[in-house]
Amino acid sequence: MAIFLTKDSKVIVQGMTGSTGMKHTKLMLADGTNIVGGVNPRKAGTSVDFDGTDVPVFGTVAEAIEKTGANVSVLFVPPAFAKAAVIEAIDAEIPLAVVITEGIAVHDSAAFWAYAKSKGNKTRIIGPNCPGLITPGQSNAGIIPGDITKPGRIGLVSKSGTLTYQMMYELRDIGFSSAVGIGGDPVIGTTHIDALAAFEADPDTDLIVMIGEIGGDAEERAADFIAKNVTKPVVGYVAGFTAPEGKTMGHAGAIVSGSSGTAQAKKEALEAAGVKVGKTPSETARLARAILEG
Amino acid sequence: MDLFEYQARDLFAKHGVPVLAGEVIDTPEAAREVAERLGGRAVVKAQVKVGGRGKAGGVKLASDPADAVAKAGAILGMDIKGHTVHKVMLAETADIAEEYYVSFLLDRTNRTFLAMASVEGGVEIEVVAEENPDALAKIPVDAIEGVTEAKAREIVEAAKFAPELHDQIVDVLKTLWKVFIEEDALLVEVNPLVKTGDGKVIALDGKVSLDENAEFRQPEHEALVDHAAANPLEAAAKAKNLNYVKLDGEVGIIGNGAGLVMSTLDVVAYAGEEHGGVKPANFLDIGGGASAQVMANGLEIILGDPDVKSVFVNVFGGITACDEVANGIVQALQLLEDKGEAVTKPLVVRLDGNNAELGRKILSDANHPLVQRVDTMDGAADKAAELAAAK
Repeated sequence: MAIFLTKDSKVIVQGMTGSTGMKHTKLMLADGTNIVGGVNPRKAGTSVDFDGTDVPVFGTVAEAIEKTGANVSVLFVPPAFAKAAVIEAIDAEIPLAVVITEGIAVHDSAAFWAYAKSKGNKTRIIGPNCPGLITPGQSNAGIIPGDITKPGRIGLVSKSGTLTYQMMYELRDIGFSSAVGIGGDPVIGTTHIDALAAFEADPDTDLIVMIGEIGGDAEERAADFIAKNVTKPVVGYVAGFTAPEGKTMGHAGAIVSGSSGTAQAKKEALEAAGVKVGKTPSETARLARAILEG
Repeated sequence: MDLFEYQARDLFAKHGVPVLAGEVIDTPEAAREVAERLGGRAVVKAQVKVGGRGKAGGVKLASDPADAVAKAGAILGMDIKGHTVHKVMLAETADIAEEYYVSFLLDRTNRTFLAMASVEGGVEIEVVAEENPDALAKIPVDAIEGVTEAKAREIVEAAKFAPELHDQIVDVLKTLWKVFIEEDALLVEVNPLVKTGDGKVIALDGKVSLDENAEFRQPEHEALVDHAAANPLEAAAKAKNLNYVKLDGEVGIIGNGAGLVMSTLDVVAYAGEEHGGVKPANFLDIGGGASAQVMANGLEIILGDPDVKSVFVNVFGGITACDEVANGIVQALQLLEDKGEAVTKPLVVRLDGNNAELGRKILSDANHPLVQRVDTMDGAADKAAELAAAK
């Protein structure tokens, strides 16, 4: 089963013909992703050869959907053009838009989120500033390395890319149903709660690992959601205990403002909801392993 | 990026928010001329990016130009909560009848914008929110629709401003919204917004925070950066496009990915508890690619930090495999030596992930006298803390 992405997903890439888009389209194809097209109005009608796989380029997302039945778009569009590209994807009513782009102005993210909402949220947005999502053995939509782990029964949701990879690596022998990188920006589409709800409903997921970091209150709200709605075991990790107040730590959203957004508050909220929280990524992996292996 | 009050005032003026005349100066002598221009009397206000400056003695009334020089002299150089005052703003005096509060900000929780307004201004708004939450109106603002006339009226009514002030405050809100949108702000706050004795509404003090991700379309914001206050290591890192934050410990940290680096800081701090309380000296994310040049740039910054006693390089090989990262580290050390900046501090390197075995072998074969390999993150953090404590 998995969440949000399966072997049946038909994926297009907005920004495929740029250097990052080219590099990662090739890697996604190598992981077995069914990539049915790219989008670039200036190169519409051409195609790109990826080691023998010919991928057509369409002028618009709507045209790509019409010609291919695409239901996922991965966006590698530069920050200045990302808002227009996401709005195009929403207008075309693609069910899932995965925004990899880092450095999008928050007014733009807030605008495309408001737009998606005004259109009835027909498009699920993941990101921005995220590594995308992977369902090992089936499909990979984004930049998560496809060869870290294998299919399995752990669901992973994380604000951080490299911590996602680290956790997948530590638990690689057990394997993952899906791993979703939701991104480290202040405004993101899919939240911890959305992924937790999907993993709770997914019969192929037995345990959920949730990775958070300083900034905002998404983890606290996720804790509240877990207490009320999640029956599967959840193991958590929060990064940024030593982050000073008022400093942005790499991710635009990773900032402690006054007394809000601290790692300590997030850890306490999760523990109060019955989530086992690891002190380090490795300890978190051990906690997950102990639950699954009884 | 948080702005100084005078910078916020300038942006307010640019977009039509009513403000008093004011000028910023950095020497006491300059106060005389400015005070004369302002009509003799002036308020002298310390420019620091921290609240509570009034209580700390950073705001004083000058009765004439000579007094302005004396007051500016007293405030310049003051220490306010660890912030040294390098600039003061001289502003026109105002006959304050009442003090209010208005702001627009990003509401992360609801993924939208938020207007806040209160007739109880002039105090810290967190205090009002805590002690008298009914006095603080919070109205969501749709990111696409923005602050229309109707939305501004809704805010004014929710905050229970006196009816005779509605038109003026609606105008303040509409112009303040222009500041918020056109400057790509994360926060625009007026506190206090005052009513003068003759019934005029004026923004007396303001706070603005700008979105650094919007720099690509806000070229004028570069001029607002306070280069003087930046830590020299942070400035040097920024010049090299590195994501670096100086901290107060002894273990230099380099890693790839913001989350992993934040986690590395935590793990080092825990390890430090067993080793004399050593702590991380910095945050440095060299990103996914981790090329030799970027690694060299990062190492150069960290080795240039006199507080650093040991360095922990923590890399998870994802798309960029560990053998490439290991080659990057070896080449980076060579690059530094070629530049005459020989590495003199111990490095602990942890490589994991894609092609980890190959990467580790490259490091072992290079056999650099100061580089130690430890293959788990927790173990490497412990070793780096131990080395820092031993120095």
